[in-house]
Amino acid sequence: MTALLALVETTGNTGETIVFWVCAIIAVVGALGMLLSPKAVHSALFIASTMISLAVLYVSLSAPFLGMTQIVVYTGAVMMLFLFVLMIVGVDSSDSLIETIKGQRVLSIVFALGFAGLLIAGIGSATFSVQGVDVANTVDGGNVQGIAHLIFGRYVLAFEVTSALLITAALGAMVLAHRERHTPRLTQRQLSEARVRGGSPQNLPGPGVYARHNAVGTPALLPDGTPTDRSVPETLRGVSAAVGVDHEDTARVIALAAGGHAVGPTTDEGGES
Amino acid sequence: MNPSNYLYLSAILFSIGALGVLVRRNAIVVFMCVELMLNASNLAFVSFSRIHGTLDGQVIAFFVMVVAASEVVVGLAIIMTIFRTRRSASVDEANLLKY
Repeated sequence: MTALLALVETTGNTGETIVFWVCAIIAVVGALGMLLSPKAVHSALFIASTMISLAVLYVSLSAPFLGMTQIVVYTGAVMMLFLFVLMIVGVDSSDSLIETIKGQRVLSIVFALGFAGLLIAGIGSATFSVQGVDVANTVDGGNVQGIAHLIFGRYVLAFEVTSALLITAALGAMVLAHRERHTPRLTQRQLSEARVRGGSPQNLPGPGVYARHNAVGTPALLPDGTPTDRSVPETLRGVSAAVGVDHEDTARVIALAAGGHAVGPTTDEGGES
Repeated sequence: MNPSNYLYLSAILFSIGALGVLVRRNAIVVFMCVELMLNASNLAFVSFSRIHGTLDGQVIAFFVMVVAASEVVVGLAIIMTIFRTRRSASVDEANLLKY
């Protein structure tokens, strides 16, 4: 506490110092949390906190336009995009903790520490005479006006190129995310005709509801005791093993329905009755 | 307030991001680490803008943000395409060009 007070006394601008230390600690903790959390969603939330604290730091560095842009662009658009893709790719996709290259993790940590040391030593040996950006902010009547003056003046060519870049990125995302439809979409009439002529115009069987499974991926049992694939939604049919269908359990239920005794782990409960 | 503190913070964040790119296997998390590195460089730009007393650093940081946004759009689309064909977002899975 006394060290902090001494720091505050030597640096003069108290409010900025306090803001810096609070936001710096939140930023570093958020970055470390992103690095260390095994789940991708937790990483996304951690880095969102880092970005918000960086936005506050921009504002305290008298760059209010960039602070607002940081919140709108990064925490608003980029992180939401990340979360959308995470939801599509699968929230459960956590990292495998197996090292594929031997010693890579240790070498990476050594590299990162060395790199940080190099940067910090370089910054520490430099001397700064701070001009302060307040004068530049007031020349055009404000920070936003000053940045606009520069963007549409000296950097107008870079700005135009930026628009080309954004259009290219949007087109690229559309091309990459587009899935080509090779067959024409079936109309409602074609679907109903196919259903009537397919031999079973009635509703498809509902999902199997067993004592231990009632997921839609569980195949239903027909009256004669055979499991049917037709109760499983088409998208889950190929991967039904991956969505938690216990084929052993299904076989056990079939055996029970056929009048036999259950086999497997449940026999000790069923055998005594 | 000593401006080098901001630069120290920027260096630390950049190193953490670089470590994440090297260590993590999930492509989306690797992407977040790249974003963290871009953010750290932005912080350095903004604090240099304050040290030099001109707004050019802030303009460059703005352009970096634009580039980062378009990079995220294209990169996440690539990750989704890879996920669609391979059912995995791990950077170790896409190794066909290796052999």
